[in-house]
Amino acid sequence: MPQRYVVATAGEIPVGGSKAATVAGREIGIFNLGGEYFALLNRCPHEGGPLCKGRRTALFESKRPGTFTSSRPGEILRCPWHGWEFDIRTGRSYCDPDKVRTRAYAVTVEPGRHLVEGPYTAETYSVSVDENYIVVEV
Amino acid sequence: MSDTNLTDSAPVQAPPGVVDCDIHPTVSAMSDLSPYLTDRWKGYMREYGANFRAAFANAMVYPRYNRDGGSRMDARPPSGAPAGSDLPFMRQQHLDPNRVDYGVLQPLRPNGIGARNQAFGESLTAAVNEWQIGSWFGPERRLKGSLMLTREDPAAALREIERHGANENFVQVSVLPHGLEPLGRQRYWPIFEAAAALGKPLGIHVGGVSGMAPTSAGWCSYYVEEHHSKCEAMQSLVTSMVIEGVFERFPKLRVVLVEGGFVWVPSLCWRLDKHWKTLRSEVPHLKRAPSEYVREHFWYTSQPIEEPEDPRHMLDAMDWVGWDKILFSTDYPHWDFDDPKFAFARLRLTPEQHRLLFRDNAKNLYGLR
Ligand code: FES
Repeated sequence: MPQRYVVATAGEIPVGGSKAATVAGREIGIFNLGGEYFALLNRCPHEGGPLCKGRRTALFESKRPGTFTSSRPGEILRCPWHGWEFDIRTGRSYCDPDKVRTRAYAVTVEPGRHLVEGPYTAETYSVSVDENYIVVEV
Repeated sequence: MSDTNLTDSAPVQAPPGVVDCDIHPTVSAMSDLSPYLTDRWKGYMREYGANFRAAFANAMVYPRYNRDGGSRMDARPPSGAPAGSDLPFMRQQHLDPNRVDYGVLQPLRPNGIGARNQAFGESLTAAVNEWQIGSWFGPERRLKGSLMLTREDPAAALREIERHGANENFVQVSVLPHGLEPLGRQRYWPIFEAAAALGKPLGIHVGGVSGMAPTSAGWCSYYVEEHHSKCEAMQSLVTSMVIEGVFERFPKLRVVLVEGGFVWVPSLCWRLDKHWKTLRSEVPHLKRAPSEYVREHFWYTSQPIEEPEDPRHMLDAMDWVGWDKILFSTDYPHWDFDDPKFAFARLRLTPEQHRLLFRDNAKNLYGLR
């Protein structure tokens, strides 16, 4: 049965920013993409690099040699070790999206007054009814 | 549920105690070398720069993808100094958690090896060697040095061997593969003679700037191509050393190819043997098939390990190359670092193979206990 965990206040992670939080014994990276939040296991499926420390870039594609397009700025996370690219929205890699992926978790933003009623686990947060919180389902 | 395919990368229990045959220390600033340079050469660097043989002084021809000469994004110490310049952080990020019993230093930046000014090259190379003693293996007994040598100036190389060759913490002498001529040419033999007499392996880490195109097909466009050209250089070097008769002349010489891969070794050997059967009389100084010299005299570090779709292909290659010839390495702190928990994880090694790759081969080769 998945549990829901409070990992941050809504204002805590700026647009383009991220935060690593340990919930249920695993480290999870929470990313703010233009106000939307996504959560990935902070462990690269290749050799275990800490994904949160990677650079965020755009998606570069090309129709033919000598041209390129760039789209989705900030949505591609590159592992800090060997630079494999992961889609922050899904956890899938660019090189082999079906097989090489890191686990993605559902994230919601919840008002504090819901959380006080439960059933949520706030390992490091004392929740106040007037704030909004980022909740990850693990 | 989002499923994560971790079967490709489940970590194996890190074997206790690994020997890492490729660790890169670097300076936090050139002034780190000041204690080891005379005023003459300190002033020279200030006025003229350290003249690497590349398009621009102190620059590489191809970009290095990440800062600090191509380092892991998480390898900068908290001080913000370049990755690989801070011994306490290296201990904390690498030596301790990865249980490194011994690590062999490969100081590439800075180096004086490609300097055209010979006296400067000798002094800078000597300074890098003394800096290894003062800042690295002096304070950290797990680290061992590579005595860097000015390959294009064998007389200076011999002076350096005289200065430090007997220091047991320099476990090998080192030159770089890209040079003015293929490494087997006789002008380089004084270095081989000295290494053989010393009984220490000759370590050859990828790199060096020859002033010539990095690939044998010419100047390429992209870093990804140039990165692969390192393997080509190693193949040319193996061919040259074998065919020139280096190992007939110095039968005790042992050579370690660092970061150049090894899966190509079997096909190179098959081809050289085939050519030799026809063309043997051109090189009558060779008493055996080329592959036999390769099998006897070369060792290979593992990183960056090839990752074929089917791991059995890797095992086949390792059978061909020889399980006693492969040495684990990480390349810390560079971006193509291999983690000891993952590097061979898909291969399901036997405990015996594990021991050889991660520890015993290197200990035997370098005489570490
Ligand atoms: S560990 Fe992430 S790309 Fe290799």
